[in-house]
Amino acid sequence: MAKVLVVTSGKGGVGKTTTTAALGAALAKAGQSVVLVDFDVGLRNLDLVMGAERRVVFDLINVIQGDANLAQALIKDKRVDTLSLLPASQTRDKDALTPEGVAKVIADLSKKFDWVICDSPAGIERGAQMAMHHADMAVIVTNPEVSSVRDSDRIIGMLDSTTEKAKAGEKMEKFLLITRYDPQRAARGDMLGTDDVLEILSIPLLGIIPESADVLKASNVGAPVTIAEPDSAPARAYTEAARRLMGEKVEVTIPTERKGLFDWLFKRRVA
Amino acid sequence: MTFLSSIFKRRSSAPVARDRLQILLAHERIAVGDGKDDLLAKLHREIMEVIKRHVAVDQDKVQIKMDRGAQCSVLEIDVEVPGLTDRAENAKKD
Ligand SMILES: Nc1ncnc2c1ncn2[C@@H]1O[C@H](COP(=O)(O)OP(=O)(O)OP(=O)(O)O)[C@@H](O)[C@H]1O
Ligand SMILES: [Mg+2]
Repeated sequence: MAKVLVVTSGKGGVGKTTTTAALGAALAKAGQSVVLVDFDVGLRNLDLVMGAERRVVFDLINVIQGDANLAQALIKDKRVDTLSLLPASQTRDKDALTPEGVAKVIADLSKKFDWVICDSPAGIERGAQMAMHHADMAVIVTNPEVSSVRDSDRIIGMLDSTTEKAKAGEKMEKFLLITRYDPQRAARGDMLGTDDVLEILSIPLLGIIPESADVLKASNVGAPVTIAEPDSAPARAYTEAARRLMGEKVEVTIPTERKGLFDWLFKRRVA
Repeated sequence: MTFLSSIFKRRSSAPVARDRLQILLAHERIAVGDGKDDLLAKLHREIMEVIKRHVAVDQDKVQIKMDRGAQCSVLEIDVEVPGLTDRAENAKKD
């Protein structure tokens, strides 16, 4: 039986899609079978971040409406063979995400994979609710910034009240992932510290992902950062977070760029 | 470009991003513009309808692959048709 994980945040643009791709690829590279499900109907982007945009034929809504079956809609990753993607519909309306339809798709995926990772859209509306509804675990992506922390708090409340797990009186496992963390600004005291965020939200910390140009580079070429630049600071942070998801005890650190002599001599071009 | 700079020039990622976007958006503008599926999706659907008219195919026996390109796109539909050989032989006998 799969673990169903939702990557959510409330606030837009904090790094949910980046995280879904990077964590999913890291889990798959560790030998787990993983499917990434894009719930951002109308504004799908996970296909682009995964580099699968040219190969999309069917999507989640097609499967829900019976136009295609799961096997036809799933896109297998060409780099890591235990990784698959179920894209969101770009043209359809999000009302087509029916609770019964989503329930069936998640149940079917759970039989085939170790991990079902749902990339939530921003907001607290239907799309976000559908993405979290069947989850056993949640990764709450938060930037060290006031409005992001506030929205995360709101989402944590929803996870604890509206989901199937909550309704069954069971406990939803929740983890905080702080992304776009800038150690220099933190040192200057111009950014909320991780301790502050943790204290306010009081859920366990899954990891701290530094702000990095490697994330942009990876999305340019259409690969999760854990595949495109596996030795980069954000990729190492995501890989460690994936190990924590698998239950390993790994101390949380903030990986930094490794600057070699070469980089000093020839200042790196930024993509 | 000097010899040194050609050695140390890292392959930059922005041109890759631009190419990918150009291909994708060319397809998406058609699709979203008139609120319909893009040409390939339409082709796929109609081809399936024609096949279904003649043979009972199981959804599971149909593999569909797509590769959208700048100059041309490839839609690959792989249909496993049951008992077609029997039928063809019967047809010969008739
Ligand atoms: N660690 C990081 N370092 C630098 N840039 C990042 C990092 N994480 C994400 N980004 C950038 O932030 C932007 C938003 O990221 P992403 O699309 O993953 O967010 P999102 O939460 O999925 O957004 P939405 O709410 O619109 O779905 C992207 O341009 C991405 O490249
Ligand atoms: Mg997103």
